[in-house]
Amino acid sequence: MPVLDLMSGFIVELRNAGLPVSLTENLDAMEAVKVIPIEDRDAFKYALGATLVKNNAHWRVFETIFEVYFSLRGPEYEIAQDGQPDDFWREMQEQMDQVKGQGEGKGSGGGMDSLTPEEIAAMLMRALMSGDQAMMRALAKQSVQRFAGMEPGRPVGGTYYLYRTLRNLDLDNMLQKLMDANREMSDQKLSSLEERLEKDEFESRIEQFKQEVESEIRRRLVADRGAEAMAKTLRKPLPEDVEFMHASRDEMQSLKKALYPLTRKLAARLARKRRHGRKGPLDFRNTVRHSLSYGGVPADPKFRYPRPAKPELMVVADISGSVAAFARFTLMFVYAIQNQFSKVRSFVFIDGIDEVTKFFKSTEDIGEAINRVNTEADVVWVDGHSDYGHAFEVFFERYGKDINSKTTVLLLGDARNNYHAAQSWVVKEMRKRARHVYWLNPEPKSYWNTGDSIVGEYGAHTDGVFECRNLRQLEGFVENLD
Amino acid sequence: MRVALSNGKAYTARVMRVKPRFKDVATVRSGLKKENYLADDGIAGVVYLADRLGKPVLIEGPAGTGKTQLAKSVAEMTGARLIRLQCYEGLDESKALYEWNYKKQLLRIQADKTSDSWSEVHDDIFSEEFLLTRPLLEAITSEEPVVLLIDEVDRVEVETEALLLEILSDYQVSIPELGTITAKQIPLVFLTSNNTRELSEALKRRCLYLHVDYPDLEREKEIVLNKVPDISENLADQIARIVRSIRQLDLKKAPSVSETLDWARTLMLLGIETIDEKEAKETLHILLKYQTDIAKAAKELSVTK
Repeated sequence: MPVLDLMSGFIVELRNAGLPVSLTENLDAMEAVKVIPIEDRDAFKYALGATLVKNNAHWRVFETIFEVYFSLRGPEYEIAQDGQPDDFWREMQEQMDQVKGQGEGKGSGGGMDSLTPEEIAAMLMRALMSGDQAMMRALAKQSVQRFAGMEPGRPVGGTYYLYRTLRNLDLDNMLQKLMDANREMSDQKLSSLEERLEKDEFESRIEQFKQEVESEIRRRLVADRGAEAMAKTLRKPLPEDVEFMHASRDEMQSLKKALYPLTRKLAARLARKRRHGRKGPLDFRNTVRHSLSYGGVPADPKFRYPRPAKPELMVVADISGSVAAFARFTLMFVYAIQNQFSKVRSFVFIDGIDEVTKFFKSTEDIGEAINRVNTEADVVWVDGHSDYGHAFEVFFERYGKDINSKTTVLLLGDARNNYHAAQSWVVKEMRKRARHVYWLNPEPKSYWNTGDSIVGEYGAHTDGVFECRNLRQLEGFVENLD
Repeated sequence: MRVALSNGKAYTARVMRVKPRFKDVATVRSGLKKENYLADDGIAGVVYLADRLGKPVLIEGPAGTGKTQLAKSVAEMTGARLIRLQCYEGLDESKALYEWNYKKQLLRIQADKTSDSWSEVHDDIFSEEFLLTRPLLEAITSEEPVVLLIDEVDRVEVETEALLLEILSDYQVSIPELGTITAKQIPLVFLTSNNTRELSEALKRRCLYLHVDYPDLEREKEIVLNKVPDISENLADQIARIVRSIRQLDLKKAPSVSETLDWARTLMLLGIETIDEKEAKETLHILLKYQTDIAKAAKELSVTK
């Protein structure tokens, strides 16, 4: 296929995956391709990356799509035909013989296919031990061929094959085995530091091997189904589109990284408005100094800017079971905010409410803080089912007097009240005293006000209710803050 | 491929006008290595591409990974002058682009009040003689080759970013009183950002994007070997591996490359040949800057299985 056709398919797929590729960027990529030969796969990849991907969080998605579209190029990526041992297999066979001891094994011939699974595992271990890249790649190919059981046209995703292959290789115990073997091999006892370093090294090699297996499976699937179909099945949401409620561990991790810039932005938003809003009294000294430029005429009066008052924030978050995943994210968010604002107070509730500011303040370890919130905060009043009405009432009674015209109140939750009394007057009162009251709801908009959700009733008294299912929406909220 | 784009013409013209500075990616790489900057495939490739396409490079990544150094090294490699614009909140036109020299203008007017007619004086005081060039204008008016470094561009406000757009896309500056000044030669432009805020789409679109991350094990080891004189291979290897392990922890601030180098130099000064647990713990404060991070790393590094 000519490169140009491949490129346009590739760019369409990038757009489908949600990457904002503009026309200019598209043209840049075409120019770049002209000066970088496609045979140099790495350089080619970086050239496309530099012109098309302008956000590091999108790099992984880009990489996957790149592999799907450009993986079949270059001789070293050709899929080995069954029963066709090439030089490489022969070389490995020789090595294999050494492993098995002096000529005791099956001897020569047959290529890799004649190896038993145990022998392959042994070879893999040797390769991992020595960090032999080429060997690892070859073994990845071989194990996929042997263990994945791939059949053309079978509508199974890559994960299934990956699981089958890795299970056969017993990778879970590989790390332990490698560590044991390493301990035996070295003469003197390793110090714990050295052992730790060895472990990290092996872990990274195993991870690398897994990736080899994964991309081998992907290559075969692409060969079977074609790039377009494959890209579609592999399509994953961009980090900013991952739903908080259904985020996996890995995704949570990358969300966490993205949070810090966001809270900085939030802090900047709330502070900047004040600085640029209104001019202060005349700055006499500064005016006179500048008047020298105009021959002593004070043509350019200078003013003092009011020092921006520190924004105050109160975060009130639901941490009940129905929003558990969101709550974890919420707590991370609160923790991140805490570092940006000098005056943040955080509260969590289920049917009771408790202030948790001190948990976040006293530690720098977010895991510990979240743990303490979950175990120590006194948030259960009767039965541990959400009761927004009661929680708000208590909140107002205890802390309502601390809300003043400088305070912004953020309410986080799905407003599923289990048919308790709403007590929405509390929110109304809050809004009267506070600068702003916002509500962030992790549920899709179409679910609002269905069943026991009464977000509409509360929402009427706030400055706005915002759907907040993913980072993009949260960012939009921060962006549009006035 | 012809696309009707308003600046499409300028686009092709620009590409044609560039005389390539580098033969291929490998040249860039070896050139940078001579300046003691170890580039990986991505970095060298993007620098090469920047030259070929005549586009600025936006470099993002964690602090202390050599973003600014890359621009400096490229300048040294090509023998170009480095012009640096340090961005900060409140940066404006008069500090980034140009400013009229009011005092001189005033003097000019007062010097011969009688002789010249109004229009002459007017034309005269708005000529290049009375223009104070600031880094951006300086970079494009310079006769000799130039590398322009716009450092920490994420520190300026979104509104100020717009100042950069004209120069980044067309290598020209428009001055209302004078007209448009176009570049005499196309400088290599590098913008760095610590990603404290999202840059505007308009800016990103005009740039090639390069994310510089912490180097992998091999490259970090090589960097240590290169930058710390007389260090043994064994020690460098150990340092790189320990740093990698530490970066995997969940820390407030992961050690940067410059901190790795500081650590390596410290160990050399102390005359340590191989690091053991005790020495590692005692010198951790050079690598990590938060007490909690140090405690965490010390705990993790001595874990026994």
